[in-house]
Amino acid sequence: MARTILMLGTRKGAFLLESDADRRDWKLRGPYCEGWPVYHVVRDAVTGAIYAAAASEWHGSAVWRTTDLGETWTHSSEGLAYDESSDKKMSKVSTLAARNGRVLVGVEMPGIFTSTNGGDTFSLLSTLEGQPGSEMWDDPESQPPGHLGISGFILDDEDDARFWAVVQGIGMFETADGGSSWTPRNRGLRADWPREHEEVGFCVHKPVRSLADPQRMYQQNHVGMHRSDDGGHSWTEITEGLPTEFGFAAAAHPHDRETFYVIPLDPQHSRTMPDGHASVWRTRDAGSSWQRLDNGLPKSEAYVGVLRQGMVADTYDTPGVYFGTSTGQVFASNDEGDSWNEIANYLPPISSVDVAIID
Amino acid sequence: MADLHLPTTLLPLFAGLPRRLDVDAATVGEAIDKLNEQWPGLRDRLCEPGPLLRPHINVYVDRTRGDLSSPLDDRSRVDVIAAISGG
Repeated sequence: MARTILMLGTRKGAFLLESDADRRDWKLRGPYCEGWPVYHVVRDAVTGAIYAAAASEWHGSAVWRTTDLGETWTHSSEGLAYDESSDKKMSKVSTLAARNGRVLVGVEMPGIFTSTNGGDTFSLLSTLEGQPGSEMWDDPESQPPGHLGISGFILDDEDDARFWAVVQGIGMFETADGGSSWTPRNRGLRADWPREHEEVGFCVHKPVRSLADPQRMYQQNHVGMHRSDDGGHSWTEITEGLPTEFGFAAAAHPHDRETFYVIPLDPQHSRTMPDGHASVWRTRDAGSSWQRLDNGLPKSEAYVGVLRQGMVADTYDTPGVYFGTSTGQVFASNDEGDSWNEIANYLPPISSVDVAIID
Repeated sequence: MADLHLPTTLLPLFAGLPRRLDVDAATVGEAIDKLNEQWPGLRDRLCEPGPLLRPHINVYVDRTRGDLSSPLDDRSRVDVIAAISGG
């Protein structure tokens, strides 16, 4: 029977939650990575290796790796630093993507490092030098809170040379040549603030790509939900019907290009679920209408937040959806979000949730 | 041989790394380099590019605050401290 593995990044290490294909009973393992703050945990679906981006206050940033589902871990930061002659300095590793032995590491100050040997060593791939906005995005005074630098990736399963990277507070960029050249992909997005450049200045929180249709993308933005039907070349806002325009997390249904999940949050200081009513919202018609999903979630006094890497969907025929909160709960649905169960609690603040099915 | 004492947070990161060990080195930086030869990657856990000691890593040589250039002799005691940090 298939194993279902949830990978959690938390402020105090990485954890794994394991179940079977039914996804009803879960067993927690961890903490891993010596309790370092872990920003993102992902799995390379081809090699099976799990990677964790971690940044210790004492010992700096590193990428941890396990190839035996958490039994043993190693870490490396060899090459994971800007050159000593550079004006750039790395404060943290923020985000990861991994496929077929290649690991992409997004860091602050904004830059992308890569490993082509499964995380043994790293080298600088790109700082997106020359892109609009790059003249100021190294300055912490110009950065959004969190100082993530590169805050997200989308890979192309068919073409390793093509991927998308998000610069926090600036926007999304696409490369088709492995990071040598880049194109801003933010046309049609909304910004409620003055911008110095036509093509950037957008606060892209979480873009996701449909597995059912590679041209279909969704994104939770600082201001609004948006959809693209042309691989990110243009965007259309689909916020109407949601309780707020703000949120971080987003997930796409693996089999239906029209179905997508978001967790709207209070856009003011609290950035928790509105009115303390925990809810995931789902569209089944590409954003024309939205449905509140709260069966099994706390409907009052649940002032919880979910960060940008904090929600994911699995790829079973009837997909599961999962999210982890800033107050250490993990909620799971094994029926596309129709019902939910709390499967872990009392964890450290959760920064990321990813899922893998292992046959 | 300098008498080197390492922070406990470092030990689980490198198989076989002891809390205390003797190192034949002329400076703190050279001592860390020698440890890095035996436990590759250890330098990165104590130093950032420059090289400089990481902001929350403090070194004391015979109870006096030092840095990577601090000289060592055969009787030096070196304490590498993970300073109070985090929460």
